[in-house]
Amino acid sequence: MPETAVLEIAGLQGWYGESHVLHGVDLNVGWGEVVTLIGRNGVGKTTTLRAIMGILRRREGSVKVMGTETIRLAPERVARLGVGYVPEERGIFASLTVTENLMLPPTLAPDGMTLDEIYRLFPNLLDRARSQGSKLSGGEQQMLAIARILRTGARFLLLDEPTEGLAPVIVQQIGAVLETIKHKGLTVLLVEQNFRFAANAADRHYVMESGKIVDMISKSEIAGKMERLEEYLGV
Amino acid sequence: MSAMALFGQLLLGLINGSFYAMLSLGLAIVFGLLGIVNAAQGAFYMLGAFFAWMLGQYLGIGYWPSLLLAPIGVAAFGMLLERTIIKRVYNLDHLYGLLLTLGLFQIIQGLFVYWYGTSGQPYDYPEALSGGHNLGFMFLPNYRAWVVVASLILCFGTWFAIERTRLGAYLRAATENPTLVRAFGINVPLLVTLAFGGGVALAGVAGVLAAPIYQVNPLMGGNILITVFAVVVIGGFGSILGSIVTGLMLGVLEGFSKVFYPEASNMVIFAIMIVVLMTKPQGLFGRER
Repeated sequence: MPETAVLEIAGLQGWYGESHVLHGVDLNVGWGEVVTLIGRNGVGKTTTLRAIMGILRRREGSVKVMGTETIRLAPERVARLGVGYVPEERGIFASLTVTENLMLPPTLAPDGMTLDEIYRLFPNLLDRARSQGSKLSGGEQQMLAIARILRTGARFLLLDEPTEGLAPVIVQQIGAVLETIKHKGLTVLLVEQNFRFAANAADRHYVMESGKIVDMISKSEIAGKMERLEEYLGV
Repeated sequence: MSAMALFGQLLLGLINGSFYAMLSLGLAIVFGLLGIVNAAQGAFYMLGAFFAWMLGQYLGIGYWPSLLLAPIGVAAFGMLLERTIIKRVYNLDHLYGLLLTLGLFQIIQGLFVYWYGTSGQPYDYPEALSGGHNLGFMFLPNYRAWVVVASLILCFGTWFAIERTRLGAYLRAATENPTLVRAFGINVPLLVTLAFGGGVALAGVAGVLAAPIYQVNPLMGGNILITVFAVVVIGGFGSILGSIVTGLMLGVLEGFSKVFYPEASNMVIFAIMIVVLMTKPQGLFGRER
């Protein structure tokens, strides 16, 4: 693995129109890590992912992806570095079939999962191959959104609330998928509201409040810091 | 009335319908991806005919090479306009795109009227397609048969490219969610420019095909544009298949009305448009919004 981190963010500021949303985010993600971004609603977690992808137009500071400064790059250039993005709303294209959705993102690196591997991991997608994207259930949409990124060979995945609104059994499946992803040595930055899910899945947690990182908790510290975490998350 | 007259008008209707189909198909592609109601489409049709005529007049280049070269020229000019002018209104309401392209249309048409007058330039049939066949019930001029066949191939080829190929999947996905398509690593702004080029090239091809039939006239785009807009509204704005089917259908219907009630032939498409707008405003093939 290269020496540089997968992601190094320093002093990241971001705006939606006139409203200042990110107030100097600093965080790092190393190779092969699964890291979550946790915090209450509206603190800027999704915006941070959008800023990394270059979807958030107005941003300042430094975002280095695998050593490349991306603060001025268009989204397609960021993706080409090997970044896979699963948006909060999943972004399944309603006018495309499941297969077309799956095959849509161009290959970014040669070592992506094969279709066989993908269908083994997500058997539902094979059953629904010819369905329109709009006909899928929420869980199937989420599976498809993750599957199509795994096909591209992206080595760094940004997952925005993959368990949101899904039944417990589906959440379990997504947890298993995340295990597989981790096992394959991919790096993940995960935004998650479901802390139990996050605590199981991740190596480290960055806590966000009002557009800033206010704390970092590693997996081994969770038990001792539960009280503080509950306060951060307002549970 | 004679069968000859009936089938003659039917053929004429089919030819007009072919032009409607090609022009409205180009409009559908551009509207779907760019959200621009391209009122300059008529100008690109006229430019296709004029480029072919100029290639012949000034460079001695014949019909067949021009059938390829003129649309490429039209596409290049269209993409230049898209990059420099039209892209500036993408984030505004559709109305601004319509007005902007209407302005471009008037300027392009005005310049050609200024340079070439309004009397029209003759453009010869290609040698290989002169003459025709007597089918018994009608006389079929070879060139007109070619126009119908060529436009059908072009329209359904375009439909296939959009609905059944990878590039087409990019286009459809980018129509739905351009930001996410970019986040997958696809250069959507480039795709948009190419789609605009492709959309206006369709009008350019139609212009070259039309040149030997209608002459090359600076006003030819304006005459057809209003009808094409009605076709697009009837078919459903942005619908690919809708544009093709509606274009052909309405051309034929217009042809028939010329046989049975010529006085109504200029109105029939607009009457249908009004009925469609009142009963199914999203168009016959359009999705509900």
